[in-house]
Amino acid sequence: MDLEHGKKPSAQPSEPCAAQQVEKKLVGLRPILLRASALSATTVAAVVMGLNRQSYTAVVAIVGTRNLTQTFTTKFKDMPAFVYFVIANAIASLYNLAVVLVMRRRLVQGRVQHLVLVHMTDMVIMVLLATGAAAAASMAELGKNGNLHAHWNPVCNKFGSFCTRGGVSLVSSFLGVALMLALNLLSAAANAPRAGR
Amino acid sequence: MAKVHRLISVVLRLAAAAAAAAAAIIMVTSHEATSLFGLELEAKYSHIPSFIFFVVAYAVACAYSLLVIFVPPGSAASRLVVMTDVLMGMVLTGAVAATGAIAEVGRNGNSHAGWLPICEQVHDYCNHVMGAFIAGFVALILYFLIIMYSLHVVADPMCPCH
Repeated sequence: MDLEHGKKPSAQPSEPCAAQQVEKKLVGLRPILLRASALSATTVAAVVMGLNRQSYTAVVAIVGTRNLTQTFTTKFKDMPAFVYFVIANAIASLYNLAVVLVMRRRLVQGRVQHLVLVHMTDMVIMVLLATGAAAAASMAELGKNGNLHAHWNPVCNKFGSFCTRGGVSLVSSFLGVALMLALNLLSAAANAPRAGR
Repeated sequence: MAKVHRLISVVLRLAAAAAAAAAAIIMVTSHEATSLFGLELEAKYSHIPSFIFFVVAYAVACAYSLLVIFVPPGSAASRLVVMTDVLMGMVLTGAVAATGAIAEVGRNGNSHAGWLPICEQVHDYCNHVMGAFIAGFVALILYFLIIMYSLHVVADPMCPCH
């Protein structure tokens, strides 16, 4: 009413405090993008490692004039660390999918990270992913370089594309961990107490 | 109340520093040499990159814990400390996971890759490394408690009663 009578609007309300300004900027980072990227990164990691197998045939003996060949196969199930890696990434991608599907409206509004339950489970899933990625990375390093002192020969010279695909999957999983860490920081900023401390 | 928080925080950090130092020292002192069919077999932590990472990560965690005790509570630095606490916890988690994977191969071998288990030949070394692994786990649990406690004190998301 006052505005219609030509009165100027009152002065701006008191400046939002620094924490609220920071939080507004962080919310503008579109947590939906982070969540979708984490979902795709973990899915790619799980699928690429899960479908990872390679076989080659080599001549192992010559009997008379006939060559005896044997097929050597390697799959991800041969290494327990890779099995754990696939399971951890599968759990993480299913969790991200569940969050995206169940909270799609809140996600679009950017209000999911405020929920404490999402924050806590995000942290748990992130650490699970990190352990899977670390274990698989140490096994990958062992497979690539071997260990002379333990007389463990490297296997990557024989199974080249197995190692390459495993490397791609590992990189994708580390990306997923970094994205979930970013989501965790967003949640921490969103859940920080507001009033002057 | 602030004094009690400070005391609990300092005690937790001292315990975590001690546990991290113990884990690093136990891993560093693991060493065994045997001979197998005339072959000299020597097992040291420095032969395996994951174990080196374990030692370095826990040594850094111990030094970090001791330094952070001197950060005044309630300042801007204490919020940064919460973040670096989480970072440190994740580094330690990675170290424990990597060491566990290599230790499992050492104990059980991997027939598909042609890797023989080495624990029968260097039995004491394997037990020593297992001791370091358990100490590392204890330090990790203490770090987790520190993170939970600092989150409760500095920025309480669940019950805003501070």
